[in-house]
Amino acid sequence: MLKRDARDPAARPRLFLGLLAVALLWPGIHFSELDLGVLLASDSQSEMGRFVAAFWPPAHDETFVELLLQATLQTLAIATAGMALALLLAVPASLLASRALSLSAAYRAGRPGYWGQWLRWPVRALLIFLRSVPEIVWALLFVRAVGLGPTAGVLAIAITYSGMLGKVYAEIFESVDQRPAHALMQAGSGRLAAFCYGILPNVAAELLSYTVYRWECAIRASVVMGFVGAGGLGQQMDLSLRMFAGGEVASLLLTFLILVLLADQLSRVLRWRLA
Amino acid sequence: MTLRLTQASVVHANGAQALRGVDLHLRAGEQVAIIGPSGAGKSSLLNVLATALRPGNGEVDVLGERVWQLSARQRQRLRSRIGLIHQAPPLPPRQRVITAVLAGKLGQWGIGKSLLNLLHPLDIPGARAALARLDLGEKLFVQCQQLSGGQLQRVGIARVLYQAPEVLLADEPVSAMDPVLAEHTLSVLCQHAREHQVTLVTSLHAVDLALAHFSRIIGLRDGQVLFDLPTEAVDRRQLDTLYANEQLESLSSPPPPSSVQIPRC
Repeated sequence: MLKRDARDPAARPRLFLGLLAVALLWPGIHFSELDLGVLLASDSQSEMGRFVAAFWPPAHDETFVELLLQATLQTLAIATAGMALALLLAVPASLLASRALSLSAAYRAGRPGYWGQWLRWPVRALLIFLRSVPEIVWALLFVRAVGLGPTAGVLAIAITYSGMLGKVYAEIFESVDQRPAHALMQAGSGRLAAFCYGILPNVAAELLSYTVYRWECAIRASVVMGFVGAGGLGQQMDLSLRMFAGGEVASLLLTFLILVLLADQLSRVLRWRLA
Repeated sequence: MTLRLTQASVVHANGAQALRGVDLHLRAGEQVAIIGPSGAGKSSLLNVLATALRPGNGEVDVLGERVWQLSARQRQRLRSRIGLIHQAPPLPPRQRVITAVLAGKLGQWGIGKSLLNLLHPLDIPGARAALARLDLGEKLFVQCQQLSGGQLQRVGIARVLYQAPEVLLADEPVSAMDPVLAEHTLSVLCQHAREHQVTLVTSLHAVDLALAHFSRIIGLRDGQVLFDLPTEAVDRRQLDTLYANEQLESLSSPPPPSSVQIPRC
């Protein structure tokens, strides 16, 4: 009796999973050719040092600040417009892909019917396709199609981010207590109404914080896409890097920092209002 | 015949048999209490009657319709005429009481009206009236997470009263309330059922409440109907058999008193 109670049935699987994780991570380090020693080699150090030394002081002459302001606004506009377009596709797709709206799950102890499971797959496949191609690749494609400029960045963000938002929204819907929605569907309510009354109140804060975080990521992504000619801060960064204008790079980096800081504060304020 | 079960059996996913071939006939306007020990299948029976659970075997007829042969759309329409009160009402913690109560009519409202109601409550007087009958009128604009268990139960009851269904099923509706409140709440339910010719089926832990408020008592044990009698015909001996618990008796050292102590949750 005593011997049996001293054993935790979960201990062995936990140990096994821990060992498995280590065994999988070790080859990962090997294959990615990670070699931290390179950073300490003297010639690469002095090369980096020279570049970083040029950062001070950050560029702040009038023409550059005006340029910076313009580029910042463009980056914000790219990120926001891209997110808005992405939401147009992500919201319906997440509702279709999520099991949270399954009418049959309400009377099958949470398991949706077989047909529903099969019908959810095409939507999932679409979301997987949308997000499996990185936004930078889409941006390169669209720069060819619509020419240099922010439009390419907006479209690239819209496509990749609709895939990410749709997937994570669907999972957030499934992660909360489903009973309120099930109870409403059992009282004859439609799926969408049951979702709005039973699930939305529980997920609102999570959805908001994830969306704001993704908006922040979109700002960063639009910066990266600027390097391939999709406008905004990234394009400016590309020019400054090519000209080895350390001061301008420093100003641009400071701008990123402020943008991310603002996004973080916005998320905090919105969450606090909603809680 | 408002409710009819024919040889209904339910096996849960974990293999436990909750109902074994239950036959049940209820006429319109009847008021019935289901009693029985924990795990007897009371909740499963109510869920089957509420069309919230599909029995593995047997037939369910509600309001003259064979529930599981209807199309999904017809079934949803039928379900809007059935109200189920949950023991622990599943309400989102941040939802306001008024929204939770008005949600009772979602099955009867179109999607446009439902969404509009989220922006601004469309029937404040109606929700207040339903809550006021349960002495909760002043909590209209409070979030559900600020309420106690007993208050939440009453919000759940108010939602179903507002829904105004033709069949009213209640799963331990007063288990978190003090005796006075439980008494009052049950009489509100019974009165509502009488006034609107609603069929009322309630499962209860407190046998005295069941005997005091209901005209017909069904004793359920191990997923089977042990007795189904008018209240006058229920006697001590039947209650003792219903609640007899061999395991507990063998554990406790002094022999338990012959009369069973019925626990009030």
